[in-house]
Amino acid sequence: MGEWKTRADLRYAETDEWFAVDGDVVTIGITDYAQDQLNDIVYVEFRDAGDALKAGESFGEVESVKAASELYSAVAGEIIEVNTALEDSPETVNADPFGAGWMVKIQASEQSALAGLMDAAAYDAYCDSR
Amino acid sequence: MLQPLIYDIGSPGRMGVNLPECDVPKVELPAALLRQELALPEVGEVQVVRHFVKLSKLNYSIDQGLYPLGSCTMKYNPKINEDAARLPGFAQLHPLTDESGSQGALFLMRELQKWLGEISGFEAVSLSPAAGAQGEFAGILMIRQYHIDRGEGQRDLILVPNSAHGTNPATVTMAGMHVHELPSDDQGNLDTSALRAACEGELRDRIAGMMITVPSTLGLFETTIREVIATVHEAGGLMYMDGANMNALMAAVKPGALGFDVMHYNLHKTFSTPHGGGGPGSGAVGVNEKLAPYLPGPIVEIVEGGDLPRPTPSPGPFPSELGKGSPPTISPPSLLGGDTGGGETTEPPLYGFVMPEKSIGRMKAFHGNFGMHLRAYAYIRVYGDSGIRDVTRFAVLNANYLRAKLMETYIVPYPRYCGHEFVLEGHFEDADDIHALDISKRLMDYGFHPPTNYFPLIVPEALLIEPTETETKADLDEFVEAMESIAEEARRDPELLRKAPLTAPVRRLDEVRAAKELVLCCAPALPR
Repeated sequence: MGEWKTRADLRYAETDEWFAVDGDVVTIGITDYAQDQLNDIVYVEFRDAGDALKAGESFGEVESVKAASELYSAVAGEIIEVNTALEDSPETVNADPFGAGWMVKIQASEQSALAGLMDAAAYDAYCDSR
Repeated sequence: MLQPLIYDIGSPGRMGVNLPECDVPKVELPAALLRQELALPEVGEVQVVRHFVKLSKLNYSIDQGLYPLGSCTMKYNPKINEDAARLPGFAQLHPLTDESGSQGALFLMRELQKWLGEISGFEAVSLSPAAGAQGEFAGILMIRQYHIDRGEGQRDLILVPNSAHGTNPATVTMAGMHVHELPSDDQGNLDTSALRAACEGELRDRIAGMMITVPSTLGLFETTIREVIATVHEAGGLMYMDGANMNALMAAVKPGALGFDVMHYNLHKTFSTPHGGGGPGSGAVGVNEKLAPYLPGPIVEIVEGGDLPRPTPSPGPFPSELGKGSPPTISPPSLLGGDTGGGETTEPPLYGFVMPEKSIGRMKAFHGNFGMHLRAYAYIRVYGDSGIRDVTRFAVLNANYLRAKLMETYIVPYPRYCGHEFVLEGHFEDADDIHALDISKRLMDYGFHPPTNYFPLIVPEALLIEPTETETKADLDEFVEAMESIAEEARRDPELLRKAPLTAPVRRLDEVRAAKELVLCCAPALPR
C-alpha cells in the first residue's frame, strides 16, 4: 500500500488517532496513514471545549470526499482546547496531520489507557497488515 | 459542453400556450403574495422540448448500457411496468378517492403486500415507506416501540457491522438510539466473537437489535447468519435485515424463515421500479408476528366480507382495461400466493385502509408511492414464481462470471463465491498513484457507467460491481474487455486515467470544491 509517516514520540490507537502527552494535557489528531486513506478532507466537527469525555468516547468527526469517520479519544478527561482553525481549512489535516492538523487538547483525568496504545513501530506494523 | 438553464433561453412574454380571453373580471394578486425572485422561464413549447431532449442526451441510463453501480441494483426496468402505470384507471385515480371508488388500486396493494410477504417469509407488509432509508427508519422505530411496550425501554443499542450501508447508523441515530459497531473477520463475514462479546457482556441488557445486510455489502453471504441471529435473539434483541441486496436472495432464501424480525424491500432495486432521476423510491417493510401490530400505516386489508372466497379480479373490482374481457392469461404466481382464481359468484370483498393496532404511525402522506407499487406488482406478475427464481439465479451467475474474469487483472480481496455483486480493489502494485476513482472515470470513456467507488469502507480503493441479471454474456464480456484495457493503460499511460473522462460532457469534476462550497443555485436563476 501507500507510504505514510509516523512520529516516534506519539502513541497510536487502532482507530488511527495519535496522542501526544505533555503532563496532564493530551493532544489528539489523526495519523498520516488515516489522512491518506481518507483522501481530501472537506469537513471537521468537534465537541466543544469544556465537554467531558469518557475513555473511548467520540470527540468529533471528520469527513472527506470518500467517507465520514468518527474520532475517538482513548483517554478520559475534559476538552480544554479545540483547533477551530480546521473548520475553515480542513485540508490542513491532510497537509500536516501531526502538526497544524491537531484537533483537540484534553485535560486527562487518568492516563492509564495510554499504556494500551501502540508505539510508532507497532502502529506501522498494524497499518502494514491492513 | 455546459448547457444554459431554461431561464437563460427564451425572451420576455414568450409562452407555450395561448390562453383564451379572460371572461371573468381580472383581479390582481395582492402584492404581498408576489415574490419577485421566483422568475419563471418564458419559452415556447419547441424550446422546452429541445432543451430537455438536449439534456437527456447528456445523460446515461440503463436503457443505453450496463450500469454496474454496486449496491444499487440498476437492472433494466421492463417497459410493461410503464404500460401498467399509465392505465388511466390507475394514473387518473385521485389519492383522496374514497375506498368504494378505489377498490382496484386497493386490491393491487393488498396483493403486493402478500406477495412481498411470501417472497421474504414475513407475516405482514406495509408499503408506505417512500424509500429504503425510510423503511429502515420505520423498522428501527418498530423495534424501539416493541421494547418500550415490554418495559425494556433501556434497550438503546443497535449493533451495526462495519461493512454496513451508511444509512444504517444514520437510521439508528435518527430513531434516538445508539450504534455499537462490530468488525468483520478476514473472510468478510461479521466477526462472531466480537458479536458474542457484545451480546454476553455488560451491554447485554441495552441491546435493542442488530441491522445487517445479507448478502453483506461485500456481496458475500454471511455464512454464520443463523448463529448471528440466534446470538442477538438470546440477548433479547431483534434482527433487522437491510434488504438492499435482496436481488441475491429472492426465491432462494426467505429472511423471515431465517429468523429476521423485520426488513425493508427496495422496490426500486429488486423489483425494477425506476431508480434514477429521483425515482421516486419505495421502501416497503415486512415484519413477523412480533412486530406486525407496529407496522406503519395505513395498510390494506379486507374490511368487509373477508371470510368469503375472493372472486377473480375481472370484471369486479379491477379498474379500467385490466378488468375488461377475460382474466389475464398469465397465471398468478403460485408461490407468491396469488389467490385470484375461483370465479365465485359471491359479493367481492371490500378492501380498505387500516392502521395496525399499535402502529408507529404514518411515514408518508397518502399511501406511499403508489406508482411504484403498480410497477413492482407488474414485475412480479409478469415473472411469476419461476421467473423470480431465475432473476436471482442470473443475477448471481452474472456477478460471479464478472468476478472470475476480472480476478485475472484486479485484486479481489475476498475470492469466494459472491452473491449479486463483488468488490475489486482499484489500484495496482506496479502502477503508481492510480486510484479507484481514476479507473471509474476512465470507464466512462469506454461507454460504461462507473461502479460504486470507495464503498464498502473496509476495502481499500473499493470498486463495488453489480451487473444485475439483465445483462447478456456479450454485454459482460465487453465490460471485462474495457476493464482489462484500463488496467493495461494504467501501466502504459497512467495520465490517460488521471485525466479521464476525456469524452464525457464535462471533464474531471473538482470533488473537494464541490463538497466545501455548497452553491446550490445557479446565478442566472437569481433575480435579473
